[in-house]
Amino acid sequence: MATTLAKAADGTESVEYAARIEHVSKSFAGPAGQQLVLDDITLDVAPGEFVTLLGASGCGKSTLLNLVAGLDAPTAGHIGTDGRPALMFQEHALFPWLTAGKNIELALKLGGVPKNDRHDRAEELLELVRLKGSYGKRVHELSGGMRQRVALARALAQDARLLLMDEPFAALDAITRDVLHDELTRIWAETGLSVLFVTHNVREAVRLAQRVVLLSSRPGRIAREWTVGIPQPRRIEDAPVAELSLEITEVLRGEIRRHGQH
Amino acid sequence: MASTETTDPTAKPPVRDSGIAGVEAGLDALETTAAAGTSFRQTFVNKILPPIVAVAVVLVVWQALITFNIVDDPAKLPSPSDVGNEFKDAWLEGRLLEYIWTSVSRGLLGFLLALAIGTPLGLLVARVKFVRAAIGPILSGLQSLPSVAWVPPAVIWLGLNNSMMYAVILLGAVPSIANGLVSGIDQVPPLFLRAGRTMGATGLKGAWHIVLPASLPGYLGGLKQGWAFSWRSLMAAEIIASSPDLGVGLGALLENGRNASSMAMVFEAIVLILFVGIAIDLLIFSPLERRVLRGRGLLVKG
Repeated sequence: MATTLAKAADGTESVEYAARIEHVSKSFAGPAGQQLVLDDITLDVAPGEFVTLLGASGCGKSTLLNLVAGLDAPTAGHIGTDGRPALMFQEHALFPWLTAGKNIELALKLGGVPKNDRHDRAEELLELVRLKGSYGKRVHELSGGMRQRVALARALAQDARLLLMDEPFAALDAITRDVLHDELTRIWAETGLSVLFVTHNVREAVRLAQRVVLLSSRPGRIAREWTVGIPQPRRIEDAPVAELSLEITEVLRGEIRRHGQH
Repeated sequence: MASTETTDPTAKPPVRDSGIAGVEAGLDALETTAAAGTSFRQTFVNKILPPIVAVAVVLVVWQALITFNIVDDPAKLPSPSDVGNEFKDAWLEGRLLEYIWTSVSRGLLGFLLALAIGTPLGLLVARVKFVRAAIGPILSGLQSLPSVAWVPPAVIWLGLNNSMMYAVILLGAVPSIANGLVSGIDQVPPLFLRAGRTMGATGLKGAWHIVLPASLPGYLGGLKQGWAFSWRSLMAAEIIASSPDLGVGLGALLENGRNASSMAMVFEAIVLILFVGIAIDLLIFSPLERRVLRGRGLLVKG
């Protein structure tokens, strides 16, 4: 279970991390007994930091995100987060019975925002993701990229200090994905959010993150970490991005190759 | 939302806006298409004309059977004008609306009762494992039991009165409504539940904001079927249990026609039963269902 640290008596927060993952392991009951999916993961996300978790299939990166989100409990270890994190999925997960604006308002309502403020706040958030005027649109009337931006606005509506993103752009076409990378970088800089972003796309990881964490597969362990010093705004085609991506891809391939040698 | 404790290791340089707003606006415009409205002419040609033609064809064939003496026994097949006269007389004597109202008021009241019982029952079966294991299979089995089978026991238990009619309607409609809600809830995508949970919609809040609206299409399907079952059960009950105290509904009209060997009256009753069943569906359930499905983009126009 993700636990929330107690706030100090004067209301100021005494938290020096957005997420703290300590010696976390997770196993599931499988056909061959207990299957270890995550093995002794220790990772901190600093306030305002952008971290990508990178790994091939079966590295348990989505499992780890679910644990941080509090949707599942670790088998061993401890996870602490600064407040309840917001979570964005690969599928937009917007509720089709509500308009774009009302989807955001539901998050505000569940977060305890007073009724009178919700509409204005929802409009503000739509403007932040550059969807002014889409308040009354139904989900099916929006394109894939617009849906993910509404989903992002809904996640931001939760006013969380940590945003968890589970391959949120994987199902989008390359041009839309590029644009959303720019938007995410802009919004991250504007809001000061901490982001833990899961992907299997090396370039995406390098394009976005301050720190790239590579997980090995079966079981997922932290294989290596890179600090990305390339200044933002970056583009996915930039030479330094490509260079670092190449280096990381080599290590990732090495990790994957080990599974073929039995 | 701005975190105040951001310090050196996480300092971010300002992001320059590299004209992506324009690209984004272009993408948005390219990827959304405006839905074109349909004109009345199109609606008429596609939706209204075909059933009118179908009814006309039936009438022509019917009249032809009489005109060409293919069926020449009016006790077996009355002419369309005989049946028309039956309608006209019933209308002039003020009986027509009385027949319809007797049955429709019973049917709708029975349906509302079934709704009030079937909805909580469906919720219980869907959410409580023990209840589902205990009565789930019986509930879906009951759907395949013809509700006319309940008429004899209902008459014995309750006598020839309105309560017996309602009992038969309930036994026919409650399983449909409950099952519709159960399958609606079962089909709620787990992703919605996870999304709701991360937003803090758990327990009752989750049921109210996520589970119930998400299961609405399945529930409406159940209601539609529940009405069809209500109507059928009621007709069965009215045909079998006719008594002067019960007034003359459509089922009783059918039975009266048989007793009087008046095929025109039998036809009149059948046409009315069919008409009411279709009218209620077209006026209440179909628009409701269409609205819900269209709002969610689950209905393709055309």
